[in-house]
Amino acid sequence: MSTPATDIATYNFAYLDEQTKRMIRRAILKGIAIPGYQVPFASREMPMPYGWGTGGVQVTAAIIGPDDVLKVIDQGADDTTNAVSIRAFFQKVADVAVTTETAKATIIQTRHRIPEHPLTEGQTLVYQVPIPEPLRFLEPRETETRKMHALEEYGLMHVKLYEDIARHGRIATTYAYPVKVEGRYVMDPSPTPKFDNPKMHMSPALQLFGAGREKRIYAVPPFTKVVSLDFEDHPFEIQAFDQPCALCGAEQVYLDEVILDDKGGHMFVCSDTDHCETRQACGHRGHLSPDILEPAQ
Amino acid sequence: MTDEPLLRVTALSKYYGSRIGCEDISFDLWPGEVLAIVGESGSGKTTLLNCLSTRLLPTSGTASYRMRDNQWRDLYRMSEAERRFLMRTDWGFVHQNPADGLRMTVSAGANVGERLMAIGDRHYGNIRATAVDWLGRVEIDEERIDDEPRAFSGGMRQRLQIARNLVTGPRLVFMDEPTGGLDVSVQARLLDLLRGLVTDLGLAAIVVTHDLAVARLLSQRMMVMKDGHVVEAGLTDRVLDDPRAPYTQLLVSSILQV
Repeated sequence: MSTPATDIATYNFAYLDEQTKRMIRRAILKGIAIPGYQVPFASREMPMPYGWGTGGVQVTAAIIGPDDVLKVIDQGADDTTNAVSIRAFFQKVADVAVTTETAKATIIQTRHRIPEHPLTEGQTLVYQVPIPEPLRFLEPRETETRKMHALEEYGLMHVKLYEDIARHGRIATTYAYPVKVEGRYVMDPSPTPKFDNPKMHMSPALQLFGAGREKRIYAVPPFTKVVSLDFEDHPFEIQAFDQPCALCGAEQVYLDEVILDDKGGHMFVCSDTDHCETRQACGHRGHLSPDILEPAQ
Repeated sequence: MTDEPLLRVTALSKYYGSRIGCEDISFDLWPGEVLAIVGESGSGKTTLLNCLSTRLLPTSGTASYRMRDNQWRDLYRMSEAERRFLMRTDWGFVHQNPADGLRMTVSAGANVGERLMAIGDRHYGNIRATAVDWLGRVEIDEERIDDEPRAFSGGMRQRLQIARNLVTGPRLVFMDEPTGGLDVSVQARLLDLLRGLVTDLGLAAIVVTHDLAVARLLSQRMMVMKDGHVVEAGLTDRVLDDPRAPYTQLLVSSILQV
């Protein structure tokens, strides 16, 4: 078999065979029709280990077309191993254009962050989900959790939040913070920081969630209500940072701590690398930006 | 007040294949009444309790329950959602082994508060205040509210389980050997507590036990079961002091005297 001129690998387009993609698309459509409901699907073996985004990759493979522009982020960064290898994978098996710019992408596969740049209509955010069941750690039986979803018995979710307050004086859950979708299903937004929960609410972008090992797909269609659970006297709050990004000076964004040396030196920088780079290119500077040091030399 | 029963059981039978679990059981339970079901192991008393609490479906017969709005409902024709709602609001179920009825990995306060949160209470302060109140009523120190039941003794766990069940103000509580596995002094305290709570709250209860002393202390009426059948039923004092069926006579005379 000769290699096509497009230099696409001799796999089927986007790695999965057409029947599999069809099966996954049906699960996605069902998920979109019932926002927040976990649709079982026949998850395939992918050429990567579980936990590296097999669910997200299958969802992306099922929806990607030759005209799509793909962005992959891992904890907000475009340049970490997971993001680089998934991006390379789709370049190889689907020959699609890739980008690191949020605004240019049509499909963004993400591991645990929603980009800082607001998403727009027509964009699709694909989450890699390790454990799709928000009730799992309190109720180990799958038969029981399914029944609880079916009968809308979500008291247990508040038991978890109650425990947080009893132990820590506040809701100490900072990621995988449970949300209620369109007033019906309680959903685990994958381990994104709760900082990003408000971005899911009425988002113009389509949000798809794929859990490869657990074989579940769920979805939040555009402009859907996503409400974080809380108590009347302990309302939902997002993380706040006391200092801006050390490189671009951005405020009201999610920051990562970066260790600088073994003497306790550290700095906080944007977790969304594209956002940080874009701001720096526009001339924004933080207190540790290299440019600030230059005048002293 | 109404002069109607709370629960009406008619010709209830449960078969496990060709073996009899319990057969042709009929009785009425009145509001505020405690009914003891006694009998030896394998006599079908737990099968009966599980059927009544809808944890098991009977082979034939009916059980109707008078809801809070005085409507009679056939327990076995209710939807699962209604049944589960009934079980966590108007009913309680006290298991013999507290670990079956408690969430062992969450704190005592959350165990008591779970039912409140399940019926839509969303105010942490109120839930906690109710939990503190209930722990007090079952004689658990308020300081233990954030401890997991794993750190509790057997008697405390059983009392916690009772508090967890009673927090929504149920009208009917099922108890399966509530004092089983506890030593005698703890048993005595628990019985004392149960008797007080049942009287104060006007609870109706169905208590399964093989311990005639428990029946004597808690119940007004009792049914004696053997091989899946009720061999004798009546007021507790009458049955224990003047047993008529040969089996009941045997049972009463087998009580060990100290």
